[in-house]
Amino acid sequence: MTQAASFTIEHTRFLDPQGRPTQALPDFAEDPMAVIDLYKAMVLTRTFDAKAVSLQRTGRMGTYASSLGQEAVPIGAAAAMRAEDVFLPSFREQGGQILRGVRMAEILLYWGGDERGSDFTGPREDFPICVPVGTHAPHAAGVARAFQLRGQARVAVCVFGDGATSRGDVYEAMNFAGVHRLPVVFVANNNQWAISVPRTRQTAAETLAQKAIAAGIPGTQVDGNDVIAVRQVVGSAIEQARAGEGPTLVEALTYRLTDHTTADDASRYRDDAEVSARWKEEPIARLRLYLSDTGQWTKAEEEALIGDCTAQVEGAVAEYLATPAMPPTAMFDHLYAVLPAPLAEQRAELEEVVKP
Amino acid sequence: MSEITLVEAVCMALARAMAEDETVLVLGEDVGIDGGVFRATDGLISRFGADRVMDTPLSESLFAGLAVGLGAQGFRPVVEYQFMGFIYPAIDQIVNHAGRLRNRTRGRLTCPMVIRAPYGGGIHAPEHHSESMEALFAHVPGIRVVIPSSPARAYGLLLAAIRDPDPVVFLEPKRIYRAPKEEVADDGAAMPLDQCFTVREGRDVTLVAWGAMIVETLVAAETLAAEGVEAEVIDVATLKPLDMATILSSVERTGRCAIVHEAPQSGGVGAEIAAGLADRGLVNLLAPVQRVTGYDTVMPLPRLETYYMPTEERILRTVRRVLAYA
Ligand SMILES: Cc1ncc(C[n+]2csc(CCOP(=O)(O)OP(=O)(O)O)c2C)c(N)n1
Ligand SMILES: [Mg+2]
Repeated sequence: MTQAASFTIEHTRFLDPQGRPTQALPDFAEDPMAVIDLYKAMVLTRTFDAKAVSLQRTGRMGTYASSLGQEAVPIGAAAAMRAEDVFLPSFREQGGQILRGVRMAEILLYWGGDERGSDFTGPREDFPICVPVGTHAPHAAGVARAFQLRGQARVAVCVFGDGATSRGDVYEAMNFAGVHRLPVVFVANNNQWAISVPRTRQTAAETLAQKAIAAGIPGTQVDGNDVIAVRQVVGSAIEQARAGEGPTLVEALTYRLTDHTTADDASRYRDDAEVSARWKEEPIARLRLYLSDTGQWTKAEEEALIGDCTAQVEGAVAEYLATPAMPPTAMFDHLYAVLPAPLAEQRAELEEVVKP
Repeated sequence: MSEITLVEAVCMALARAMAEDETVLVLGEDVGIDGGVFRATDGLISRFGADRVMDTPLSESLFAGLAVGLGAQGFRPVVEYQFMGFIYPAIDQIVNHAGRLRNRTRGRLTCPMVIRAPYGGGIHAPEHHSESMEALFAHVPGIRVVIPSSPARAYGLLLAAIRDPDPVVFLEPKRIYRAPKEEVADDGAAMPLDQCFTVREGRDVTLVAWGAMIVETLVAAETLAAEGVEAEVIDVATLKPLDMATILSSVERTGRCAIVHEAPQSGGVGAEIAAGLADRGLVNLLAPVQRVTGYDTVMPLPRLETYYMPTEERILRTVRRVLAYA
């Protein structure tokens, strides 16, 4: 008997949960501002999430999926992208969206039930939030194929959850990306849970990263609570893809520290003890410890940052709350490039019905 | 006997079916310890065990296909889709397999399965969570499409669907999941499939609806009654196969008909009913059959969703048009 194939899955980490470097930091981290910017983005996102949850709780916004504890994943990934790349998030990647220039008021507008929240003024080619789990992975392959056909040095970055990796769509996208060596990076936010279903009930595979192997593309694992590691590993996958060396799947190991969404009650299915233990690994405290241990971050700077994040979020909330709803007939406005006559009739009926 | 909600009635029917028949299995996402995102399977896992109440991986096509295999092997799987918006990966399994396995094998292999999903708008749910796409399924040969409109009918029709030897798509109007309540006896009595229910009698006009739209339709009927117009209200309940006989006999008496559904108008089940009336009821009609429906738009996000839904006011406008024909 001979060996037909073999594989190993690497795991990358630079900071341990106490913020101590476990190895020399990557080159990008030599610029202290680059690391501090990642920290600021995570704190802003956490502030934003907390506010969004409270808007939902007080009846001023719809269901919302907080990224508490997982901020490093979308932020590390988005920080590694260039402006001209295309981001395809699922529904928990607001941190990455904000970093790429989606306005917080737009994100609130979306979850507040207004389509204009997906008409980003910032990254015009980025995809909107994707709710049907995993269905955007093929879109990422399509976007990457477009880059390839046009000979552009651009990369598509797609983030989905551990649950999503059980969907055929995700495998199909990776498989096609492998066949054509597409410039796409798939990032699995493995937060250990898909609503009430733990990662162990999702797949018998030892890692999610190895799902890439069957699709013929490299898969690698990263400590998803270490934003430096996410930025570095996703960054090198992006640059490989840009250089024509094909796609990668990056599995980021992290943890969902709160309910699945505001519509969920995780205490029905998950132990508090498990959650408390995971609080010791979360990404923001870890990076703060590193920054303060290395003399790059003071209490005063922390206070100033919190104040600044709160002010930015409050500004976005005020803008969101002050945005009047669209007129009812707006539901017809972007159905087709030109509204067909039979629909114009329906639109007229609606106009008539809502006439004061 | 206490009053229960529609979603509690679903749960009660599932428990009843599982208790009386060991081959009944429940599967889907979060149906186990979480009890389903709407709690329709609440408590079933502790009562019947994890072999019979199974959390699947996040794989919508998988569990419809699993149900085909389980069904062919003599089990009666009831699979839950968290929202109708996530049922589409299963369409391959439903159209290509569930709906035709019996026919393909000349009755040798069958699919006694139920596919449950909450559907419809009006609860300010996120994107993809509020659509009414029942017509997609009503178009598929070999399956039944059933929609209850009250706790009692949810209980009786779900029991019937589970006991039925063929695949049933069972869509639950989630806007009325938690209200109104109704007394429902847990007596194991099924209600007939393939039959409409006349939920209000009247001689002047026939109003045909299903799901949550029964609520607005009945309210509109009361408003009309105050004006001296008696509307008959028919809850279609089983959309496929369609019981035209009940509708035709009502229209034979009233001569007028309006159809109310939340789904988009074009290609909707309302069109099928109108065609049935044109086919076989034309001589009795005193006025054109009219529809009150959702628009042919993408279901708007919550801020505009109420403008999409047929309201009592829109129903009344249409019924008055229908009544105006001399
Ligand atoms: C296709 C599909 N099925 C079901 C749902 C309902 N749902 C929303 S999120 C979710 C779990 C997703 O888990 P995972 O992929 O791990 O992402 P996470 O929510 O943990 O970020 C489910 C089942 C959905 N949105 N889409
Ligand atoms: Mg997850």
